[in-house]
Amino acid sequence: MINNNELSEHTSHSYSRYILVWMGLLTLTAITVAVAGVNLGDVTITMALVIASIKSYLVITEFMHLNTESRTFKIFLGVALFFIIISIVLLFSDYSKM
Amino acid sequence: MSTHEQTVTTHVHRDDVGARMGMWLFLFTELILFGGLFFVYSVYRFLHQTDFHVAAKSMNVFIGTTNTAILLTSSLTIALSIVALRNRKKILSLTLQGITVIFGLIFLINKYFEWTAEIHHGNYPGSPELLSQPPGHILFYGLYYVMTGLHGLHVIIGMIVIMFMMRFTIKDVITPDRMVKLEAAGLYWHLVDIIWIFLFPLFYLIT
Repeated sequence: MINNNELSEHTSHSYSRYILVWMGLLTLTAITVAVAGVNLGDVTITMALVIASIKSYLVITEFMHLNTESRTFKIFLGVALFFIIISIVLLFSDYSKM
Repeated sequence: MSTHEQTVTTHVHRDDVGARMGMWLFLFTELILFGGLFFVYSVYRFLHQTDFHVAAKSMNVFIGTTNTAILLTSSLTIALSIVALRNRKKILSLTLQGITVIFGLIFLINKYFEWTAEIHHGNYPGSPELLSQPPGHILFYGLYYVMTGLHGLHVIIGMIVIMFMMRFTIKDVITPDRMVKLEAAGLYWHLVDIIWIFLFPLFYLIT
């Protein structure tokens, strides 16, 4: 029962909250397209990946409700991302010497 | 006694948190699947930087941006459909699920036009025109077709899954009190969206 109350309280804001997140995502898309048109050299790809990461963060925390899930979910995601980061770092520690 | 029995059955057969956790675990396997391809992309791009930049010039940024907006909006509609059902608005929820499927379809139609144009330009795996190009060029298009193709396959699967969810919603298998199936389908759709969020700048915006 307590759970149900929590849910209804939570959802009363949800429509507008989701629409705000969506507008944020579209704005970030516009920014990433605009920035790509400017020649910033090596910074361009960094900018694109930073913006993509921010967008993913928004989708994961808001749309996928990671912010309201238990800590276990966050640890899971942390482990998965850690594995990917290790892989990419080790990969490029090899290739950057070529 | 009967209420007691009911509570027992629901406790035995239901674990929404566990179901969502299982879905997240599955999504991590998807992350590794696409992650591997992103690793291949990053290594080849590192080795053939100029070729990748030149090859990406024929990408249609307009269609790419439109498709990004479409997928982001479809992510919104599926998220809203869950809220709608939780608020016991079944018809609204069904409408939003249907809109999500339609957005997926529009995404694929754009993709079809895009691929047709590329193939028309001779940019497809094994085409004589492409094979006469430098190796980085060939790799770029190979990765483009594999990665956006695999992503497109995920969009198709997502659409089928959501159509099943619509059926479940109509048949009251998914109800405001039992909606973990819809939530899991939503999670899958959002993952497909996230993959595209990374594919878009890496293939369209590197000129």
